[in-house]
Parts: sequence; C-alpha cells; structure tokens
Amino acid sequence: MKVITANFVTCAVKECKTSPTSFPLHFHDAELEQQELNFQPEFIRNIIPRIDWEGLRVTANELGFPSLPESKPEGEALNNEQTLQDLHRLLMETQVMEGKLICGNCGHEYMIKEGIANFLLPSHLGKRNIINQQEVMLANAPSSLS
Amino acid sequence: MAHPEADEVYEQQHVHDVYQQIAGHFSATRYKPWPVVERFLKELNPGAVGLDVGCGNGKYLTVNRNVFIIASDRSENLVRFAVQHQPHGTVVADIFSLPHRDAFFDFAISIAVVHHLSTPARRIDAIAEILRTLKPGSETHVGGRVLIYVWALEQKTSRRGWDKGDKQDIMVPWVRKGAPSQDGPEQSQTFHRYYHLYQAGELEHDISSAGGRVLESGYDKDNWWAIATPKTADV
Repeated sequence: MKVITANFVTCAVKECKTSPTSFPLHFHDAELEQQELNFQPEFIRNIIPRIDWEGLRVTANELGFPSLPESKPEGEALNNEQTLQDLHRLLMETQVMEGKLICGNCGHEYMIKEGIANFLLPSHLGKRNIINQQEVMLANAPSSLS
Repeated sequence: MAHPEADEVYEQQHVHDVYQQIAGHFSATRYKPWPVVERFLKELNPGAVGLDVGCGNGKYLTVNRNVFIIASDRSENLVRFAVQHQPHGTVVADIFSLPHRDAFFDFAISIAVVHHLSTPARRIDAIAEILRTLKPGSETHVGGRVLIYVWALEQKTSRRGWDKGDKQDIMVPWVRKGAPSQDGPEQSQTFHRYYHLYQAGELEHDISSAGGRVLESGYDKDNWWAIATPKTADV
C-alpha cells in the first residue's frame, strides 16, 4: 500500500465517518519497502492540492519520515524539484508491505498483507445503511410479530 | 431473499466466491476498455482523485495516468492483478462499506458491479454509498461524477439473446477450460454468477432513489450506463 493511498482512506465503519479521529488511520507495525517508480513532477504538482497535509504529516511521522514541512507546499514551492522528488519518494515509492491500519475512533484494525490493505468488516460492523423502507419493515417483521 | 443477511450469504456464494476462483482466467480475458468508460476517464482534469469501485483486474487503471484512483474490489485475488497498475492504489473493500470519507472525491466509476447485487434495495444502497463519497455540487458547479455500467436485459443481438420480457434475475455460467491432463484432453469447469439484468430506465430510477441526479445516460453494447452526481438540496 502506497503512502498516498493512506491519505485517501478512512475507517470503513459507517459511524466513524463523521468522527475527526477516524482520519488518518494509524499505522502500526509497518514494514516498509521502497519501490522505484517513474518520477512525474507534473503528477505530484497536480495531486498536492488534494492531499490532506495534516493527515500526511501524521502518517509520515508514524512511518519514520518526520521531516515534512509544516505547511503544504504551494505556489512557487511547487516548482522546487527537490520538494517534488521528496514527495514522490514518500507518496508514490514508499510501500507498506505488512502491518495494520487502526481507526482512532473505534479501534478497528485493518490488516495489510503483501502490500494490500483489507477493509472488509466482520458482519456485525458492516451493517449497511438500510434506506429502503419496505426492506426495513421486512427486516423488522420477525421481532414485531413475536 | 428478504433478509439482508441471507442476501449477503447469497452474494458471497454466487458472486464473491466465484470471482475468487475464476480471477486468473477472468483477468486474462478482460483487457479492452469500453469506449464510454475510456472517454469519461480521459476527460478528467489532471490531479483529479477518484474511486474505481469493483475494479476487478483493474483494466480501467491504465486509461489515465494523470489522475489518482483508489481502486477496490471484494476479491483479493482480483486486487492482486489490479495493484500493479501505476500510479494508482488498490485495496480490498466492500461496496456497502467503502473506506472513504464523505463528500471528497472528484469522480468514481463502477463498471459491471451493481448488477451482481441481489435485491433492489441493495443495488440502491450500493449506489448511495458511492454517491456519499463524491463532492457535492453547488449552484455554480456540478459535483463529483460517477459513471455506472450494468448489464442490460435488452440484448437480443448478443450471443445470450435475452430481451424485454425475459427473466431479470439469472445465473450466468463462466466456463474455465483447464489444461490437458493425463486423464483426458481438457478439463473444463463451470461456475455460475448471479446477475440482475437491468431494463430500460431502471438504472436511472435506482440512481434517483439513491440520491443521485442523472446527468447523462445511454446504451452501449448490451449494457446500460449513466453518469450521475449527488443531488443538491435545491434540486
């Protein structure tokens, strides 16, 4: 799992989505690997405005990259080749191969194995939002009859 | 199949388990992007961030490398194929519980996915879950857009030959030919996947019920497709 991906995921539990503590998810026991990828300065420059910088700083710190600037590079700073290279290395080339992502709100742990994070929930947490009234009635029928 | 948990078990058996087993063969036969999907992805602004929900082997991840896509699928075996497509990211996730924030993404695609869900309520909920992740629009600009593709009931000229009036909830065989062995020339194995075949207007109806506004829709090679955005309060 790339570091950039961690910036665009949160807890899969519905109730956690509204809690500010569910983002970013926290890395634990992360095993990292650098995987070389073509450096595309234009891609990095375009994607930075969509990065949650505070979230990235938390993630970078947890993974042992504590040297990120305090504020997001903007304007002229986005033309600095070194800045873009550093971000490319962190966002695109740093892969978390093994470890866990933990929700700061509910504590649920998502496993990362062979570089792939698994967000499937156990069935008691994955209750979907039932928006169809008829189905709500059907689902409730047995208990209301008893 | 009125009980939600029973529906989950049904889809586990007749959709998820099948894709886990046919992943390799399925992936080897899925490499050509459909033109409408290709156009949708190519028209995105560089730096746009979006989702591919039910990405399968990730065949649409090769279309535009100037955007960033977080692709997901329930099948870990398919995700292992999808993960190789740079510069994107791929995770294992469920369409009903997407691990993404509300109202954030610029775009999404969900191609040949929603038709695997076994009740109308589940299909609508799945679409609502995707719409939840998209940037809402305002009076001055349209919000994040999702492109959804589903298999059509009306496909008289296809090799399946279904048409209006036929059964919409069906099992479709997937035949995997095996390698020749000592016992015989070729061992083939047949798997069945559940499909709901959409009829004209049904996708638009489901999108609207899910809180979406259809911007554009059409029919393309045995499939219905639609591009939608979250409804704004005043529409």
